[in-house]
Amino acid sequence: MSFSSKEVWHEFSKNKIGLAGIGILVILFAMSAVAVLTIPIESFKEWNDPSSWLTFPKSALPAWVNYFLSEKMPEHMILQNPQIASQNVGDIFLTSNIFVVDYSYDKFPSDFIYEYTAKYTGSPLLQIWVTRPDGKEFQLISTSLPQSKIETSYHGFIFSTDDSMMKNIRKNKDSFMFPIDSLLAQDIVFSKTGQNNVLNGHYFFKVNLYNVNSKSNLETSKFILGGKVYGLMGTDELRRNLTVGLLWGTPLALFIGITVAIGSVVIGLVYGVFAGYKGKKTDESLMRFNDIIYAMPALPLLIILAVTIGNSIFLIVGFLVLFGWVGIAKVSRSMALQIKTFQYVEASKIMGQKDYKIIFKHIIPQLLPYAFASIAISVPAAITTEAGLSFLGLGDPTFPTWGQILHDANTYGAAARGLWWWILPPGIMIAVTGLAFVFIGHAMDVIVNPRLKR
Amino acid sequence: MNMSFKRFVIKRAVTMFGVLMATLLITIALVGSNMDAILKQSVALEIRQQVTDNKHLVASFKNPQELDAFVENQIKQRTDALGLDKPWYYPPRLGLSMYKILTLDFGHAKFLTSDTGSSDVKDIILEKMPRTILLFTTATLIISLIGIFLGALSGSKINSKLDKITSAFAIISSSFPVWWIGMLMIFVFAFVYQIFPARATPLIPVTDPGYIGSLLYHMALPLITLVLIGFGSWAYLVRNFIVGIMQEDFVTAKRAAGISEKKIIYTHALKNAAPPIITVLALSLSGSLGGAIITEAVFDWPGMGRLYYEAINVLDLPVIIGETYVLTAFFLVSIFLADVLYGYFDPRVRKG
Repeated sequence: MSFSSKEVWHEFSKNKIGLAGIGILVILFAMSAVAVLTIPIESFKEWNDPSSWLTFPKSALPAWVNYFLSEKMPEHMILQNPQIASQNVGDIFLTSNIFVVDYSYDKFPSDFIYEYTAKYTGSPLLQIWVTRPDGKEFQLISTSLPQSKIETSYHGFIFSTDDSMMKNIRKNKDSFMFPIDSLLAQDIVFSKTGQNNVLNGHYFFKVNLYNVNSKSNLETSKFILGGKVYGLMGTDELRRNLTVGLLWGTPLALFIGITVAIGSVVIGLVYGVFAGYKGKKTDESLMRFNDIIYAMPALPLLIILAVTIGNSIFLIVGFLVLFGWVGIAKVSRSMALQIKTFQYVEASKIMGQKDYKIIFKHIIPQLLPYAFASIAISVPAAITTEAGLSFLGLGDPTFPTWGQILHDANTYGAAARGLWWWILPPGIMIAVTGLAFVFIGHAMDVIVNPRLKR
Repeated sequence: MNMSFKRFVIKRAVTMFGVLMATLLITIALVGSNMDAILKQSVALEIRQQVTDNKHLVASFKNPQELDAFVENQIKQRTDALGLDKPWYYPPRLGLSMYKILTLDFGHAKFLTSDTGSSDVKDIILEKMPRTILLFTTATLIISLIGIFLGALSGSKINSKLDKITSAFAIISSSFPVWWIGMLMIFVFAFVYQIFPARATPLIPVTDPGYIGSLLYHMALPLITLVLIGFGSWAYLVRNFIVGIMQEDFVTAKRAAGISEKKIIYTHALKNAAPPIITVLALSLSGSLGGAIITEAVFDWPGMGRLYYEAINVLDLPVIIGETYVLTAFFLVSIFLADVLYGYFDPRVRKG
């Protein structure tokens, strides 16, 4: 029953499944390192703040799907270097920004947004016009900015879903040979006139800012053409970049899984060994308590705990440990019952060693290989349980986990609407992470329990 | 039935009752103060409403302070009558709430109602219970049948291709959360191929004669998902039992006597594996009930699990307490059955 670390590693290195587990784990840790190093911790807070994701496209597929499609989906485009011109006629000052885009995709963009910061006094008029490749010119919007007597900076967005924009565009319904009343702005502006297909070529979006008596400026001016594909993993309904969410999920899942596993195993081991070593009444009452926790329905109680006490990630880790240690305590106890009959343990007892010294010096070291195997085997359950709680909407909202991504996906009916890129990756990540630990645990189990060897 | 078995059963029953009480106590401890606050609020609201509705009464007061004092006094009287002046852990109150729950008197739900419109928590739970039992017992039965058959088959051919595939499938399928597979199934069978409805709640009313048929049709997708994710680990379990039994002496003796391998597996080996299999059956039924909360939430299956999910979302405490009690009771009864069956088949356990 004794193992040297060298022996263990030697045995382990012969186990292909175990090595595969280690391999996956190394990749997961690398992903965590990338997440921690490249994404600042404060941006955790931005995940659930819709305003920080405005410049991203909505429900965009991963960019690589274009390799498999014959009709190319538009990439996300943020145009930020317009041609700037300004002129004045008498009292009227005009600043104009012109954005040019060569639209060569086969599908309409998902939407378009104009983001700006205007510096002005008074109440300037903002107009956006588009000139299409076929020479047609549509007015998109004409709106005045809020009145201000002193010079101010006004930051605003104009969305393609804007009601007045829709009204303006529909004024051009005679140009089209098909009904446009039920179409979205982007599906009209970028459409051929004969049939509702994409018209490729150069589009000029002209933003005019008119002001009386004083000159006004567009300090930031961005024209965002919403893509239908974005990044490595796409975006969700709330425009969040799923690559970021999935990356963040990795260190969180590893943290939750490993912390819960270590916590449960340490508590279970000490508890079980103590009960087994002491025996008699102590054993009886400790095991009775163990039975009670063991028979409690974990999920309903976890839910009630999360609802009433709180759902911070550290509390949830604690709750999971609360239910996680019981099985390990049972096994450790029976192992301790065996070990305490060994001669050297009995000898040290006769020599007057203190109980805790015997437990920590003679019994627990014997159980360490079993403990490591149990840690590995306990991780997947902890990760899936946390994911389940998050899926029910009881996770820590300040830390986006894979379970929460799936919760949001379910809330927005992603499955029934076919948004597969929102569902598949988080679930696969949960399963792959779990499998890595199952593989490692399985390989260690073979070493720890020689009976399993063939 | 001998004495030691009887003692074993009684001991287990007492433990299970203890667990039930402990769970109940923890639940009340966790939601008790919240529940009191909500109750007090609704009493205050109700009385204010009653007083302001009564024009004569309002007119009889000289100034607003007097009215307020009267209302406060009325509220205090009512809360005292309800026993809310004492905290939830005041022993007689605690005893009364425990007794009420034990006798299935869960009170009235705050927001949720049953399909027939009753807000009595007992009615709501009793309405949902058959649907959960229908879905999960059907699933468990199908899973165990496939599992026993496949397990016996791969157990008889250790290290064959089938055996390896079964083992790999068992490990991989148990790594995926059931609810995630559920989302995939909805994606595949409700979006890509529109065979089954995405939402498992039938749209026609309960009183309609076609309701049962519609319910079964809506049950298909969750049922397939539960079976798909469940039978792998079952087969693996049965396989390991069979492998263990096939190494025992009596099997070698049967082989020597010239009995065919097939017959040994399907009659003798399976018969010997029956006790642990039945035990695991009882345990897995209880386990699946706990998982019902998430599974039913994904498929929108109108059972106890979804009720629990809805109750949490609107924080309907009487429903949460009632459901926790019923779920725990179910869970414990199946654990108890598993224990007793195991003790019945394996006399060594009774001493433990």
